[in-house]
Amino acid sequence: MREITFAEAVNEGLREEMARDPMVVTLGEDIAAIGGNFGITKGLLAEFGPERVKDTPISEDAIVGLSLGASMVGVRPVAEIMFSTFLGCCMEELSNQVGAIRYMNGGQITTPVVIRTCNSLGRSGAAQHSGRNEAWIMHTPGIKVAIPSTPYDAKGLLKTAIRADDPVVFFEHALLYYQAKGPVPEEEYTIPFGVADVKRKGGDVTIVAYQLMVRKALEAAEILAAEGIEAEVVDPRTLVPLDVGTIVESVKKTNRLIIASEECGRAGVNGEIAFRVIEEAFDYLDAPIARVTAANVPVPFSPPLEKFIMPKVEDIVEATRRLVG
Amino acid sequence: MTLSKEKHAEFYEAMLRIRRFEETAIDVFSQGKIPGFIHSYIGEEAIAVGVCGALDPTDYITGTHRGHGHCLAKGMRMDRMFAELYGKATGYNKGKGGSMHISDFGCGLLGCNGIVAGGIGLATGAAWGSQYKKDGRVVACFFGDGASNRGSFHEAVNMGSIWSLPILYVLEANGWGISLSTWNAINLTDLTERARAYGIPGVGVDGYDVLAVHEAASAAVARARRGEGPTLLVCYAPRIRGHEEGDPQTYRPKEDVEKAKLNDPLPRYRSLLLENEIVDEARLSDIEATVEAEIEAALKFADESPYPAPEEALEDLFVEEVL
Repeated sequence: MREITFAEAVNEGLREEMARDPMVVTLGEDIAAIGGNFGITKGLLAEFGPERVKDTPISEDAIVGLSLGASMVGVRPVAEIMFSTFLGCCMEELSNQVGAIRYMNGGQITTPVVIRTCNSLGRSGAAQHSGRNEAWIMHTPGIKVAIPSTPYDAKGLLKTAIRADDPVVFFEHALLYYQAKGPVPEEEYTIPFGVADVKRKGGDVTIVAYQLMVRKALEAAEILAAEGIEAEVVDPRTLVPLDVGTIVESVKKTNRLIIASEECGRAGVNGEIAFRVIEEAFDYLDAPIARVTAANVPVPFSPPLEKFIMPKVEDIVEATRRLVG
Repeated sequence: MTLSKEKHAEFYEAMLRIRRFEETAIDVFSQGKIPGFIHSYIGEEAIAVGVCGALDPTDYITGTHRGHGHCLAKGMRMDRMFAELYGKATGYNKGKGGSMHISDFGCGLLGCNGIVAGGIGLATGAAWGSQYKKDGRVVACFFGDGASNRGSFHEAVNMGSIWSLPILYVLEANGWGISLSTWNAINLTDLTERARAYGIPGVGVDGYDVLAVHEAASAAVARARRGEGPTLLVCYAPRIRGHEEGDPQTYRPKEDVEKAKLNDPLPRYRSLLLENEIVDEARLSDIEATVEAEIEAALKFADESPYPAPEEALEDLFVEEVL
């Protein structure tokens, strides 16, 4: 099978859906003329024209508000918010409008809007360009959350997101765009939300990881395998809905759970996953649940400082040794 | 602009429906029948009626937390509105929205919005959708003077302007943001000047005068439909009641309220119709009796309607349910 980058996979998914459905449009800062800050929307302006591929002013609140409004009258906007930290500039629209509008109107309408955004820890972006804000959205009722780790998952999930009649925030990762390359079939496929993917099988410990942390978990698993510890790496792929079943099945087999995410540890996705496992598989746990996350500080700029607060491969290895030992 | 006698009668009826709906809502609210809180549209009837009278039935509007007038002017039913205010299952939003969030997408009301300025982005997006689909629809976006200080207003109006979207930004200048006078919140004496910042026309009218509002709105709608972009329509209508029911307006001189009442748009329009022999007393009395009957039936409907089953609280979130 051919191999393409994560960036190419997202671009293909968006392009195919725009070709398939004339109501799909895309908008955001610098996405048209230069094809996006990360080059994800390259070629779309030439192929679909300025009515369907729109550069916007630096107005995140309006990008999301307009996308929602257009979705209410039958258009299917795919908006780009350049960095996930900028979700802070449009949380009003996401929390009080996007997540609430269908529900508070008693289900009168559908709001098929997709907000693509980009996590970016690990690039010396410092506090304001190193977002991992998926927990904000996961906490907000009424919005689905996809957070893929591979080119294959990214394309299949994006196509599902665009076809869905519910709002979706789609988290990409700046370090995966061009570093992650993998097999993606030429032929049409989609991936349903709420179905985790076991990225590695193993019987000694379950590592739940998503996005960039899947790569780190797989690296850690190789190191652990050399020590005779077989880790199972479960990638939920979507956080809303969350495939609790697959995670719980894995924990029932391994009896140990580590959650690895790049977010600040406090009150995050990791806590939610841990709670769901405690609810459904408490009796199967042979050790406390461990988490490998970033420190609860704004992200520092200097590389040694940033590296210090980031979750690393060796952190996963050490946490596993503690649990298994 | 010359209106037919029939149109005048329709405008009077539309304004009276809002006035009597609000007076009745205040009454039943004081009896404890309406949970939460209500913001009355009394004094602003001429704005919603004048603007909606310039729209086609297929055009869209967005309303505000002070939105009952927007709903009624766009053609919504009193019975299902009262049911929503009561939190009943037969309400427009099945009891999930209440006073600040009533919507009827079927009649083109894309939601009242409890967040100040919350509807401006949505309305602008709907106008973008209409422009993209080339369906010829126009959007009227209602919001207050307080909302015009929010960033959402600036971002959305700017985008409406650069994309030449078919939308009217209807600024209902009632002079107050809860307890802060607009004139202490905005350093302008003429709010239409805000339009200049976005390169769109700004038009100011007496928001108590339904004919002035209608004439200005008609010109703005025509401009939008020609593809020439948005207009900021500032309708000055000093607030007559408190921010919400139960607000004693201690921050405001009493004479300010008394002065506003002297210009009350309802008696003013009624006198104009009689003095100019546009609509006679018999017809006005008929209209008044019709509205009273509608109110009575609507209250009965709301009273007798059931509450939603509690577990319906878990419905209507997603199309594909996820909990």
